[in-house]
Amino acid sequence: MQAFSALIDGLIYTRSRDHKVRLIADYLRNTPDPDRGWALAALAGTLSIATVKAAAIRAMAEERFDPMLFRMSRDYVGDTAETVALMWPEVSADAVAPTVSEVIDLLNSTSRARAPIVLAGLMDRLDANGRYALLKLATGGMRVGISARLAKTAFGQAFDLSVDDVEEVWHALRPPYAELFAWGEGKSDRPDPADSAFFRPFMLAHPLEDGIVDLDAYAAEWKWDGIRIQIASTGGETRLFSRGGDEVTAAFPEIAAAFNGIGVVDGELLVRGDVQGGEAASFNALQQRLGRKNVTAAMQAEYPVFVRLYDILFDGAEDLRSLTWTARRERLERFAAQLDPLRFDLSAIIAARDFNHLAEMRAAAREAEIEGVMLKRRDSPYLAGRKVGLWYKWKREPLVADCVMMYAQRGSGKRSSFYSDYTFGCWTPDGALLPVGKAYSGFSDAELKWLDRFVRDNTVARFGPVREVEKSLVLEVAFDAVHESKRHKSGIAMRFPRISRLRRDKPADEADTIAALRAMIG
Amino acid sequence: MWIDPSRPAERALVTHGHADHARSGHGAVWATPETLAIMALRYGTEMGTPMPYGDGFEANGVKISFHPAGHVLGSAQILLEHAGERVVVTGDYKRRFDPTCAPFEAVACDVLITEATFGLPVFTHPPIEDEIAKLLAARAAHQEGCILIGAYALGKAQRVIAELRRAGYDAPIYIHGAMQKMCDLYAAHDVALGELILATGLAKAEMKGAIVIAPPSALNDRWAQRLPDPITAMASGWMRVRQRARQRNVELPLVISDHADWTELTDTLLELRPSETWITHGRTDALGRWCELHQLKARALDLVGREEEEEG
Repeated sequence: MQAFSALIDGLIYTRSRDHKVRLIADYLRNTPDPDRGWALAALAGTLSIATVKAAAIRAMAEERFDPMLFRMSRDYVGDTAETVALMWPEVSADAVAPTVSEVIDLLNSTSRARAPIVLAGLMDRLDANGRYALLKLATGGMRVGISARLAKTAFGQAFDLSVDDVEEVWHALRPPYAELFAWGEGKSDRPDPADSAFFRPFMLAHPLEDGIVDLDAYAAEWKWDGIRIQIASTGGETRLFSRGGDEVTAAFPEIAAAFNGIGVVDGELLVRGDVQGGEAASFNALQQRLGRKNVTAAMQAEYPVFVRLYDILFDGAEDLRSLTWTARRERLERFAAQLDPLRFDLSAIIAARDFNHLAEMRAAAREAEIEGVMLKRRDSPYLAGRKVGLWYKWKREPLVADCVMMYAQRGSGKRSSFYSDYTFGCWTPDGALLPVGKAYSGFSDAELKWLDRFVRDNTVARFGPVREVEKSLVLEVAFDAVHESKRHKSGIAMRFPRISRLRRDKPADEADTIAALRAMIG
Repeated sequence: MWIDPSRPAERALVTHGHADHARSGHGAVWATPETLAIMALRYGTEMGTPMPYGDGFEANGVKISFHPAGHVLGSAQILLEHAGERVVVTGDYKRRFDPTCAPFEAVACDVLITEATFGLPVFTHPPIEDEIAKLLAARAAHQEGCILIGAYALGKAQRVIAELRRAGYDAPIYIHGAMQKMCDLYAAHDVALGELILATGLAKAEMKGAIVIAPPSALNDRWAQRLPDPITAMASGWMRVRQRARQRNVELPLVISDHADWTELTDTLLELRPSETWITHGRTDALGRWCELHQLKARALDLVGREEEEEG
């Protein structure tokens, strides 16, 4: 555990990406199996310990510490795990620190009810840095500024392999990745997962900032506002994966059941409805189906889902990814013909005469509640990740409204001492402010400092970590859409709100009204 | 008569030389000889009445005396005695060994007015030997560059230097120009700091493998660009919390503090068991809560002019 906690702290304090990769690579080379495999899983976000939830950490803390002292400490530190790690009594000199695999084995073999006791026993054997690493490991949220991609890059660097080769088999393997390390050390061939249905990395798009593309070279499709989904089927087994490669089959069993092809396809999961060009419901409707481990028949009937297909990666066992988009599109059309049209259809190609015509169609898309346009180079192969010049997303312009800051809350992580989460409101006809949303992004570090100072200097009331402020600061808020919501007293809520500008020049009573926002609903 | 007044006062008792306690412009000042020397260095020719540890005088029927606080060179607690009642103002203090100043003395009292800079149970300062070992290991692993340590010019810088010497590090230590006079003052008070070299104006190559000490404000400043590939370290009690270190772009946090940590604060209260405790700057709410849990009578004093998280 010491080597692992030293790695975690090294990653926290190191700013250079290359240096982070080197730290991880050194660790992976010099640590025995299976510790390094568990550590790699923790960094890549594939480690999940079912018995330990964040609530277990809080329960453990409440057992040991005075709740008020704990709350004050948590409020200052900004991170529950770190607070508990720091408050925990110092380790006795004769304690023997556990290994990473001992931690995993102990936690995996206990029950959820007993987990806090097991965890406390492990805490007693570690110093403050070790306790921090333990709690981060147990809850799965490392937050050390490492993406899954960077963890795989580090693995590649440790064993002199290309990250794309690692990526290709990664999702077919499970922690602690013994086969992967055996391959890395040259003790075995590359793992061959051909007979299982597993995730292949998505091809992603860059935003089209302000350029023009030639529609002879690029095909245009509508950008549908659902969730990106990959369906992989070997015939015997069909599995669904979301953007990050998480399996979501159980949430959408009707899709897996209806898929009668063999291969791997890429598409957008949508709820049937009459928004989005009259063809699909809003993202809000889809949200009712997300994040569920199991789904009732009633949910399936109320929010019927379907997949709009974009691309095909495998037809049977044949890998089509090196073909051009045009050739894959043709194969996709043939492949889709065998599928149930109720559950699967094709994302249509937009028939625009030229780029200007496309721009006009995109401008009209807000009326039809379509998120924007995708542009795909006709000769592009299907490549993992975001590659310059191949695919673009061209979202419609965000909506903006001038709102008044009402409450602020301290952020967590990097922003733990800053008031960085803002609730803002708009005016009712009788001159009251009602909250319409909450945002914690869009501003620069310098603006954050200013906002934090504003909150501290203009606090009128405190409710635990929340401060109510003088209603004097106008924030220009950008958002993608606004919809009806029971969450806010105003009856409306924004999608993807972010602070676009601080309007220190604007008097608060000139901010927008609830009615003006309501008029922007679809 | 005021203690550590934040505005010029006719008569001031000063606990120690840090700027938020020792302001300039007072009429008459009483402080330890070391604190007076520090004030003279900072503010020019200020005069005052030297009060060596243990000495005292009487004013308006109150006996006033100065006792070691263990915070920095010359730092003192102030004991006020009147009609059999004893009030101690700790000023800033710590109870750990520090080769650069006299150790804290527990002074029995009825009312204790205590600081609470690190008054949260998350603050446990690790043994300084561990932090110095961490620093020396980082230096050994980074011979091609240097280690740049941010440390307050009064107290922290000299303590880090003295602790490095105690750990057997006898190479020259490079210092920022803003620290030179204070280091000279410490040396004149018999605090051995070994060979110190002014880092300003040296070529990069000369400082390879070196340890360089500068005020925290110089860490992310242009001044640091003249150093060979520095690893940025910071010696402060705040470094205990990871995000505090990250917010300051610190790569090598050294948890070294001249203030009492949570255990020292609470142990001191248990040792002295004052019938009343007043808590001044710092985390007054948490220490107040702890007193409540331990049936000690306490109240928070809100003082103006004390910046949160300035020194540490």
